[in-house]
Amino acid sequence: MSRHGYRYSAGKLLKHGVTRGDWPRMWSKPERRDSYDVVIVGGGLHGLATAYYLAKNHGITNVAVVDKGYLGGGGSGRNTAIVRSNYLTPEGVAFYDRSLQLYNTMASDLNLNVMLSRRGHLTLAHTDSALRTMTWRAEVNKLLDIDSSVIDPEEVKRLTPSLDVSSDTRYPILGALYHPPGGIVRHDAVVWGYARAADHLGVHLLQDTEVLDISCSGGDGPDGKGPGGRVTGVRTSRGDISAPVVVNCTAGWASLISNMAGVPLAITTHPLQAAVTEPCKVFLPTVVVSGSLHVYVSQTDRGELVFGASVDPIGTYRVNGTLEFTEELAGHVLELMPGISKMRLMRQWSGLCDMTPDYSPIMGFTAVDGYLVDVGWGTYGFKAGPVAGETMAETIATGRTADLIASFGIERFTEGDLVGEKGAAAVGH
Amino acid sequence: MILVPCPNCGPRNSSDLRNTGEVVPRPDAATASLSEWRSYLYLRDNPAGWVTETWYCRSGCRTYFTIERNTATNEVRGLERT
Ligand SMILES: Cc1cc2nc3c(=O)[nH]c(=O)nc-3n(C[C@H](O)[C@H](O)[C@H](O)COP(=O)(O)OP(=O)(O)OC[C@H]3O[C@@H](n4cnc5c(N)ncnc54)[C@H](O)[C@@H]3O)c2cc1C
Ligand SMILES: [Zn+2]
Repeated sequence: MSRHGYRYSAGKLLKHGVTRGDWPRMWSKPERRDSYDVVIVGGGLHGLATAYYLAKNHGITNVAVVDKGYLGGGGSGRNTAIVRSNYLTPEGVAFYDRSLQLYNTMASDLNLNVMLSRRGHLTLAHTDSALRTMTWRAEVNKLLDIDSSVIDPEEVKRLTPSLDVSSDTRYPILGALYHPPGGIVRHDAVVWGYARAADHLGVHLLQDTEVLDISCSGGDGPDGKGPGGRVTGVRTSRGDISAPVVVNCTAGWASLISNMAGVPLAITTHPLQAAVTEPCKVFLPTVVVSGSLHVYVSQTDRGELVFGASVDPIGTYRVNGTLEFTEELAGHVLELMPGISKMRLMRQWSGLCDMTPDYSPIMGFTAVDGYLVDVGWGTYGFKAGPVAGETMAETIATGRTADLIASFGIERFTEGDLVGEKGAAAVGH
Repeated sequence: MILVPCPNCGPRNSSDLRNTGEVVPRPDAATASLSEWRSYLYLRDNPAGWVTETWYCRSGCRTYFTIERNTATNEVRGLERT
């Protein structure tokens, strides 16, 4: 049973600790309606945040979030939870920084501890060209009031003593881009926080409901789909739902959903793998990324080291781990931190990423009236969830593309107006 | 691991080759508009199922060839030199 508006507090924690009574369910299991004002496909962070801000900021509560599995079962439950705003383009920096602001107040806004830890984010440079890109990034960042600067190897050593900064290694560390507000967050708590808050505001969260087709009329393509047409609803594994607005928030599956509306995307789906070690004493105070070595690492509060890398080079919807990944990862991590060679990997997993050619998202209206996209989140979309939800909700409610996402429109590919973020997003997510 | 059948080198581990993505029909250079060119460059079907795609045998015979692969299972069939 979910009790609407039930608030967590220190007092309730104490009470439940003493009485061992059950906590109320975080969200309810509503009876599906036949029609909604807005249907959001995908119950990851993006879909849930969009629903929450539609209800919270715009009073639009006749909304369903539809997921084929369980909430947070996609990338939102599989990511390595890095948050930062030291991107390369002014559009990207402004957008991701708004998300960091929302993360800052999220625990009290959503009444759930999301364990945000702004511990500092280091992107190491091992080559002159990497150092050049970082100086470029730092200058763009500073211009937009982001705390970001290039530091030398001594400073790197001071911030993160376990790194080998000696000059006789195979890939010596020449410096780093240092971003003090960057850090990590508890990804599951963020997803649950938005789900619970959206449910309390009256949004329907429909799990285990797969979207099989998007119904359209009046379009150029078969069955009235495609440019010039408009959306009328979705066909799901649990029946038809009519809706004038359908939003695609399905990340790795985005092309499959978009093709159902006759709107092709500039996306290929690639798996991204990650791994975690056994826990050990906390020794790593920052998030460390190395572009040249294709690896990044952070340490959780429980003491496990979380590793990640770039996406797998072959596009596929299959999410199995590969030995190539583990081998390469271990070799590269030990270049940076020879001291951890005896640590054991506990788990390895993988999630689907919707990669765009310019490493920027695809957001807003499309050529099919009422069909909107919030996709192209690649390896970097978790940190963007809050701002994406906020701006998509504004766009839906006002019928006007929100300023912060104006340059991420789907038309940029055919107009040749890309927003190149590869230099800031290919390895460090 | 995916075993990719190179027409010259036989089955090779996919990490020996480069996947250059699904085959997209190239527009006619004489008549194509800019937006048609860009659609060709960027837009992809990206299906979860059988797709015809190009591979480059980068550490072997350096041939480009196409095969069919099921992107839901990574099963591979057919081959053709391009
Ligand atoms: C290993 C890994 C590490 C990452 N690290 C970071 C990081 O450190 N920082 C960062 O910012 N980002 C990171 N990312 C990227 C981030 O996880 C994603 O960009 C983000 O979670 C996307 O959220 P989403 O809500 O858009 O999609 P998802 O969370 O993937 O949700 C999409 C949902 O759509 C549902 N769906 C699909 N098809 C259908 C259908 N037909 N009908 C109904 N529902 C459907 C799925 O079940 C799924 O729940 C990482 C990703 C991975 C895989
Ligand atoms: Zn060959």
